[in-house]
Amino acid sequence: MSDSNDLIQIGRRSFLKNASVAVAGVSGTVAALSPLKEVVGDFDVESWLQQHYHELSEDEMKDVLARLEAEAKETYGTDIKVRDVKPKEDTKFAYALNLGVCVGCRKCAYACEKENNVSRSPGMQYIRVLEMEKGGVNLETANHQYEPETVPKPDKYYMPVQCHQCDKPSCVKACPVNATWKEPDGIVVVDYNWCIGCRYCEAACPYWARRFNFEKPQLPKEEINPNTSYLSNRPRPVGVMEKCTFCLHRTREGKYPACLEVCPTGARVFGNLLDPKSEIRYVLQHKRVFVLKEEVGTVPNFFYFFEAQS
Amino acid sequence: MKDYFAFLGRAFKLSFVGDWRYYAWMSFLTIVALIGLNAWATQLAQGLSTTGMTDQVSWGAYIANFTYFVGIAAAAVMLVIPAYLYKTEPLKKVVIFGELLAVAVIIVCLAFVTVDLGRPDRFWHMIPLIGKFNWPISMLSWDVVALAGYLLLNMHIAGYLIYKLYLGEEPNPRWYKPFVFTSIAWAISIHTVTAFLYVGLGGRSFWHSAIIAPRFLASAFAAGPSLIILTFQIIRYFTKLKVADEALLLLRRIIAVAMVINLFLLFSELFAEFYPHTYHVAAAEYLWFGLNGANKLVLWIWLAVFMNVAATVIFVSKRSHSLPWLNAACVLAIVGIWIEKGMGLIVPGFVPTPLGEVVEYAPTFNETLVCLGILALGALLYTIMIRVAIPVVLGGLRREV
Repeated sequence: MSDSNDLIQIGRRSFLKNASVAVAGVSGTVAALSPLKEVVGDFDVESWLQQHYHELSEDEMKDVLARLEAEAKETYGTDIKVRDVKPKEDTKFAYALNLGVCVGCRKCAYACEKENNVSRSPGMQYIRVLEMEKGGVNLETANHQYEPETVPKPDKYYMPVQCHQCDKPSCVKACPVNATWKEPDGIVVVDYNWCIGCRYCEAACPYWARRFNFEKPQLPKEEINPNTSYLSNRPRPVGVMEKCTFCLHRTREGKYPACLEVCPTGARVFGNLLDPKSEIRYVLQHKRVFVLKEEVGTVPNFFYFFEAQS
Repeated sequence: MKDYFAFLGRAFKLSFVGDWRYYAWMSFLTIVALIGLNAWATQLAQGLSTTGMTDQVSWGAYIANFTYFVGIAAAAVMLVIPAYLYKTEPLKKVVIFGELLAVAVIIVCLAFVTVDLGRPDRFWHMIPLIGKFNWPISMLSWDVVALAGYLLLNMHIAGYLIYKLYLGEEPNPRWYKPFVFTSIAWAISIHTVTAFLYVGLGGRSFWHSAIIAPRFLASAFAAGPSLIILTFQIIRYFTKLKVADEALLLLRRIIAVAMVINLFLLFSELFAEFYPHTYHVAAAEYLWFGLNGANKLVLWIWLAVFMNVAATVIFVSKRSHSLPWLNAACVLAIVGIWIEKGMGLIVPGFVPTPLGEVVEYAPTFNETLVCLGILALGALLYTIMIRVAIPVVLGGLRREV
């Protein structure tokens, strides 16, 4: 092969032979890429060139929101409103959950799914409710797939887990492109139009709170929540991360998160840590609260406590 | 400049010239690479649901292969150190083929990361200044810098030396020696940074171990030179580049030491996991013995241990002076370490999940095709590189005056 004779022959190689190799190569490559034909229509230059959330001017944001509304209309055939709901000043959100009264009905998980336009197919939920063995807080003996006729089972207790909105979030540290960050009111958000889908944040989270869109999310038209915001519950593209945002499109406007509103036992307490009169402050001051996996040092803003209802 | 383009033109033409075996080999690789490209296109159209990955096990065969091949690329340094620092003659003659291998393998690594991305179309978000590059906070951004730097270093060193030979000029040490010494440190760094990707995740106890970076290096310096030994024998069988037995046997000594260290570090890891037997042992238990009936990796990891031990025994014994034994040991080491460091390191990091759920992972057919396509691409690139480099080194290809 390294014979110098064949080097001299290069120039004499027939044109036809070279041309046929080139044609075979090009047509083979084109054929190999043919599955992309289905999605090439989805490609949108404007969307592709869109800047990071922090770089968008007010006018640019207006255009982006209008484009997202049009995209949603095209995909799901329904009108939605996409707003950019900003954090309020002097606010830091926190959550507390009373494990003494949680019955494990998973109403929070389903309400969350609906409120946040979370993909139904493939299914995905932000809140995972664990059925725990009494006598400890051992996640490794927790049952994730419990399906009894009625809850609660007498020998178990239940622990819902969702994003803990950590003060030292390992997911934010992990992201190579700053597609996820902590907002001034403490909520960790994702720019779905900036995320590259490497899933390093998903590996980094000690609370298994992040989800990836392995397919284009499927939502039944009639179940779409039309009240959406850019950083929370607007419809997501394929191939990006998403997560619980404490329903920022609700909570930044004075409402409770959907999971709290639906809870039948009043196990959930939510509010502004900086407001001395808030219920969350009362709970943190008067109940014996703990955080899950304190040893990983991510400093969650999600607290648990046990108090049997009187 | 004109000379340079003429060289590139001739190199391009040369890569289409060879005997029937060359055509058969290149056609085979092209076809496998295109099948892989087709599988990737399917994945892009449908999403990563075409893979076996889930929210529970969110990295799989792609990242496992990526990790393994970063080690193979780093191992080129095991030719570079003896050749440049100790001026070992038999290795000096062939060191350039190790550097070219590093180039091809780094491209393989970058391809494995690219196919793992949910949105490869947004790659520009990672480009500093144009996008947003979370450096120095994110370990992944460090890895991008490390890999890109190593690729450029090796491309420069190998490219410069080959081009100078082609011109018939003496290479100027100022234009390659500093880069060679940088590349030595850089090689160590690429695998260290890759280890730190995992070690830096405090919530994953299986990876949160200080021994992972040294283990990575030890296993890389065993598997990489093993691959080089086999590759050099294939090269000398099919081409006129006669790599000396001495060069192979020198590498054998390096591998023997690296294998022993690798096994020792593995043993240390096992002790730290199983003797105290804290709750954090669950992932290791899943890997080595199975957990709650989930045991897909158990057979594999024991097979890997068997292969690594067998390879070590051969490498340290006198038998490995004979090529058939040496080759058998190399194959055992390459495959054993591929299992141990690929799937055996990545998947248990996710099993059980941080919330204690046990979900297993196995690559799908489509995912496997993508992996095979990338390996074929790497082999294709390396074949083209040596197709050009060998006649230059042997003096058959020179500037036309």
